[in-house]
Amino acid sequence: MVDLFSGIDQFLKDLLIGLGLQPAFVAVLLKFAAAAVLGTISVSLAIVLIWVERKLVARIQDRLGPNRVGPFGLLQTIADALKLLTKEVLIPDGADRIVFRLAPLLVVASVVAVWAVMPLAPGLIGSDVNVGLLYVISIGAVGTLGVMLAGMSSNNKYALLGAFRTVAQMVSYAVPMILSLLVPTLLAGSMGMAAIVEAQGQFPFLLLAPLAALIFLISSIAEVGRGPFDLLEAESEIVAGYHIEYSGMTFGMFFVGEFVHAFTISALTAVIFLGGWQGPGAQAYPLLGLLYFVLKTSVVYFIVIWVRGTFPRIRIDQMNAFNWKFITPLALVVLMVTAVVDKLAVGGGFTRLAFHLSANGIIVLLTLVALRVYARATRQAQQPAEEIPSPVQQPEAAGG
Amino acid sequence: MTVEQVLFLITGAVTLIAAVMVVTSPRLVHAGLWLIMALAGMAVLFVLLENGFLAVVQVAIYIDAIAILIIITVMLTRAVMRETEPQMNRLWVLAGLGASMLFAGLMAIALQLGATAPASLAAVLEPEAGLELLGRSLVDVDAFILPFEVASVLLVAALIGAIVVAMVPRGGASAQDGR
Amino acid sequence: MIPLSWYLILAAALFCVGLFGVLARRNAVAILMGIELMLNAVNLNLLAFWRYLHSDQVSGQVFVIIVFAVAAAEAAVGLALIISIYRRRQTVAAEEIDMLKW
Repeated sequence: MVDLFSGIDQFLKDLLIGLGLQPAFVAVLLKFAAAAVLGTISVSLAIVLIWVERKLVARIQDRLGPNRVGPFGLLQTIADALKLLTKEVLIPDGADRIVFRLAPLLVVASVVAVWAVMPLAPGLIGSDVNVGLLYVISIGAVGTLGVMLAGMSSNNKYALLGAFRTVAQMVSYAVPMILSLLVPTLLAGSMGMAAIVEAQGQFPFLLLAPLAALIFLISSIAEVGRGPFDLLEAESEIVAGYHIEYSGMTFGMFFVGEFVHAFTISALTAVIFLGGWQGPGAQAYPLLGLLYFVLKTSVVYFIVIWVRGTFPRIRIDQMNAFNWKFITPLALVVLMVTAVVDKLAVGGGFTRLAFHLSANGIIVLLTLVALRVYARATRQAQQPAEEIPSPVQQPEAAGG
Repeated sequence: MTVEQVLFLITGAVTLIAAVMVVTSPRLVHAGLWLIMALAGMAVLFVLLENGFLAVVQVAIYIDAIAILIIITVMLTRAVMRETEPQMNRLWVLAGLGASMLFAGLMAIALQLGATAPASLAAVLEPEAGLELLGRSLVDVDAFILPFEVASVLLVAALIGAIVVAMVPRGGASAQDGR
Repeated sequence: MIPLSWYLILAAALFCVGLFGVLARRNAVAILMGIELMLNAVNLNLLAFWRYLHSDQVSGQVFVIIVFAVAAAEAAVGLALIISIYRRRQTVAAEEIDMLKW
């Protein structure tokens, strides 16, 4: 696999140097070409992803999904794309024209840029930065900027309110996401994505840090703004939020960006917590590693769609409370406990696994106990208001 | 003219033009966007200086936190400054002259200092080892733990201070600021 | 190789552009943007000197990290102050916030 790409690289280099360009300049040019190819592939995946999602959500809701356009509705996405391409792009009257057109580009660019550090197969990675996780986080937040600009430039107060809510949600859930990403950094000893995949040779980090994986998945789903956290763009909510005024291909970019973002976080979960391209025989046959990566990403994407189709939508105050009162303290506790346990568990292999699993289990038990105490306290705080009427029935209640 | 020099000239030109547009844009939202371009140009310059870690930290802190804060603030205080009002105050000519004189002086010093730099660059530490050395020096008692802890206290104080300053006084402000 | 003086001149130019922004703009948020430009120019200067003269030590990088932290803290408090002033005085023009002058 790597030899195939090196062969193509060498062939193109010889071709361009033969045309008379400087070798260093050719290297830079080929890097730009590789980035363009990677970006195009990751955005074109949306065609398959949208069809998969619509079929799966339909089956969960006991209906069929698109099945008219092409066999099994496979061409439905292409039909939708053609429709969006031919619709007129309306720019509202007082809107800021440059910013209005720039916002969807920022949102899509922030998602595509993450694929530059994704390890697809042993030796096949766009750019092996040794701070890959930090890069993923910082580029992901450029999407927040795009959403803010979209809401602001629309000259529409509902778009503005929707943009404020979306930015509040994305910024809030970035905190537990970053905290939970520090746990695999601790366990692998490095922030580079290739190093994290290679450190999972024995056990995937899902076994060593299940709570961190769960927190990362939940906060990533909230970052994307789908699943039970999609109050920002639901039709019954604040009139579709920050992309009310967008029509035609500008809306298409938001649409595509959201699905590719969901697939990207599935790929990130697969790489960081499930082992990426690790699997039997992956080191010898890199193509097998690519297959394992695609399989694991598909499993996580299926879970993301499953969560979307199953849970009811939560309100914005419930969402804020859930984040700041539950997930962020939990992520902090998991981080501190993992740091301490990792120093105590000398000796690799099964000793380390046992230590980490038991530490996670203790945290889960303590959390459940704390939640029960809190629920009981809340119930007791509400009870005196209901006990005041009917003092006659008290002896029966005491006896029964 | 090596490839590095061409890259530096392009990035430097983009950053400088973006900085000039930041201070002269009449519409503040555009100024905020030009600021983001200038900060991104700075990140590329950090990569040219062979410090990828600080480049990513620059993007994470400046663009993802400070620039978004600035744009949200511009948004919240927008009703007041219409773009028809003058953007520069009365003393802008003097300010321009002062800045130009300062730049001339700094350029003279820079040219003088640049002549004393070594002709060839020493090899910089490998990224992994350099990052580990940086991390260790931030918590080493003989190294930089004191500035590190003081910076942490400063950030906590700024966090609490910002919340207290921007908090709506209870029962005071308008209804839309509640919740 | 890029000469050190190029980096220093670029940093000086950015600093002076930021200084002009701080001295000449009326809006308080625009003044803050000028301050951020100045801090960035300082960071570029520090890193250039670190790379060319002392690339085996970490003190340059630590200085840059501390400047990052200070810039973030200052931007947060400054913007909170601006929002609070806007709520009370309905203005963010720096020359209209002059209640302490006699």
